[in-house]
Amino acid sequence: MATTMITTLDRSTRAAARGLSDISIRNLFIIPTVLFLIVFNIFPLIYSLGYSFTDFRASTNAPANFVGLQNYRDLLNDPYVWSNFAITAKYVIVSVVGQLLVGFGVAMLLNRDIPLKGLITTLLLLPMMLSMAVVGLFWKLLYDPSWGVINYALGLGNFEWLADPKMALYAVALTDIWMWSPFVMLLSLAGLSAVPKHLYEAAAIDRAGPFYTFFRITLPLVAPILMIAIIFRTMEAFKTFDLAYILTSQPTAELISIRLYKMAFQEWQTGRSCAMAYIVLIMVLAITNIYVKYLNKVKER
Amino acid sequence: MAAVRTSSEITVNRIAIVAVLLVTIIFLAPIYWIASTAFKPRNLATTIPPTVVFQPEISPFVKLFTKRSQLRSPPSPEEYAAAPWWERVVFDGGEKIVRDGKGQVQWSGYPSRFMNSLIIAITSTVLAVGMGTFTAYGFSRFKVKGEADLLFFILSTRMLPPVVVAIPMFLMYRAVGLNDTHIGLIILYTAFNLSFSVWLMKGFMDEIPKEYEEAALVDGYTRMEAFFKIVLPEAATGIAATAVFCFITAWNEYAFALIMTNRRAQTAPPFIPSQVGSGLPDWTVIAAGTFLFLLPVAIFTFLLRNHLLRGMSFGAIRK
Repeated sequence: MATTMITTLDRSTRAAARGLSDISIRNLFIIPTVLFLIVFNIFPLIYSLGYSFTDFRASTNAPANFVGLQNYRDLLNDPYVWSNFAITAKYVIVSVVGQLLVGFGVAMLLNRDIPLKGLITTLLLLPMMLSMAVVGLFWKLLYDPSWGVINYALGLGNFEWLADPKMALYAVALTDIWMWSPFVMLLSLAGLSAVPKHLYEAAAIDRAGPFYTFFRITLPLVAPILMIAIIFRTMEAFKTFDLAYILTSQPTAELISIRLYKMAFQEWQTGRSCAMAYIVLIMVLAITNIYVKYLNKVKER
Repeated sequence: MAAVRTSSEITVNRIAIVAVLLVTIIFLAPIYWIASTAFKPRNLATTIPPTVVFQPEISPFVKLFTKRSQLRSPPSPEEYAAAPWWERVVFDGGEKIVRDGKGQVQWSGYPSRFMNSLIIAITSTVLAVGMGTFTAYGFSRFKVKGEADLLFFILSTRMLPPVVVAIPMFLMYRAVGLNDTHIGLIILYTAFNLSFSVWLMKGFMDEIPKEYEEAALVDGYTRMEAFFKIVLPEAATGIAATAVFCFITAWNEYAFALIMTNRRAQTAPPFIPSQVGSGLPDWTVIAAGTFLFLLPVAIFTFLLRNHLLRGMSFGAIRK
């Protein structure tokens, strides 16, 4: 008895002596990642913070002049920039609301015994896995006023989707709804299947109508997971660049990311675009903060 | 209790099944249209009414891989007879494959872009998942001071719009000569995917019972041995799922690639749209390029179907 005890102890202490201590392993595992992210994510941002106070243009060799807060002042007083923010807000609302309605609707339909349910769900999820830029490009053909399949199928004649300034943003949002409704559907399905069946049985016994059942049982119980979907999609829609940039060049569909891209890489107003990037960054960090707090709250449950 | 179904319930169910089928068809229609256009002769790609039934052709793929020019006059019968089958299908479409002085077929830009996409996506995935697995284990098993803040910091780097990050990266890369290089994009995608990989892998690590390693430690394993021999095999499914997600993200990425590369290291996503250019594009060739590009992701989606929910919500929702 005593000898086995000693050998076990002995072996594990020997192993501990042989190997690295837990603390050094922890540091070895975590520090490289943190360093990597600091060098390639944080350092560039510090670098651009410096440029945001200058009139630097990356297209010339002229040295950068310090201009203080001029860039920030100009941007915040620029009605075009404000209109870019307004366009982005409109885009976010249209596409996220659309995805919620379509995604949740399809999830309600799918939340029953359906032949080949697994296969159908997987097929429906395909659009969101594909490259926005490449598939978005193909929607150009689908939207084409003269030979587009969409106009033909809906009998819209020569309806202009992308060349009409009023329509372009909605056309981009429609493609986004096609791509990302499956995401809302996926989350909603998880939420719906977690609603305990006995609640519905109880409601049926009480002769509750379908509307009452939906608004008093289904919706409140799925709400937390829908909230996650809303937050995710809002952040992604706010960042949208690929889809809108590829589909249309209408100024009425110029999202904030596209404005930023043009300012930085077409007009080469490097200093000003760094300032603009900072304004966007602060907004995103604020939203992310709210979002992570919410995620942690949901996880604890 | 066997559920007794009223006739109205059955009707509702039937309507729902029909509606689901309709929705599925609508959602898959654009993808079907890409796939079918990739096998159409050029003159059938843009017709009114749209062509649904046609004799499939391989010519869009031949054209996708080669440089072509318009035929001024039809090829002589001898020339046509001497040409291999894949050159004939191009002749049939009124074009010819460009050859250099030695008669070598000139490749289009597509194969090299496709290779670039493969090299960059695979390398960055290996790096991001490798580092992410270690870091996730560290966060999962040890006390880390300010853990919540560090994890938030790791996540926030991914939340920024790509253009915001791309501006300073472009300036830095220009200073050190990393613009339009494979390494440049690999580093960017690794950084981009690392946060995702840490978050997702931490969830998978948290699910592996601590007792497994503790038993191994008592048996005389070092912490490192326990990690490699006990934890890693247990985490294999999680690692595979994370890797597929990282691969798809890097494979699909557009904004960084558009800004950071223009030729040598250009990946497929910025290249495919650049083919449209001005004038009347040949949509069959674009569809062929798109089809090949989407194929790996479609296959991965099927392999990944049970982990999609978890991956897409950054591990927030597990099932």
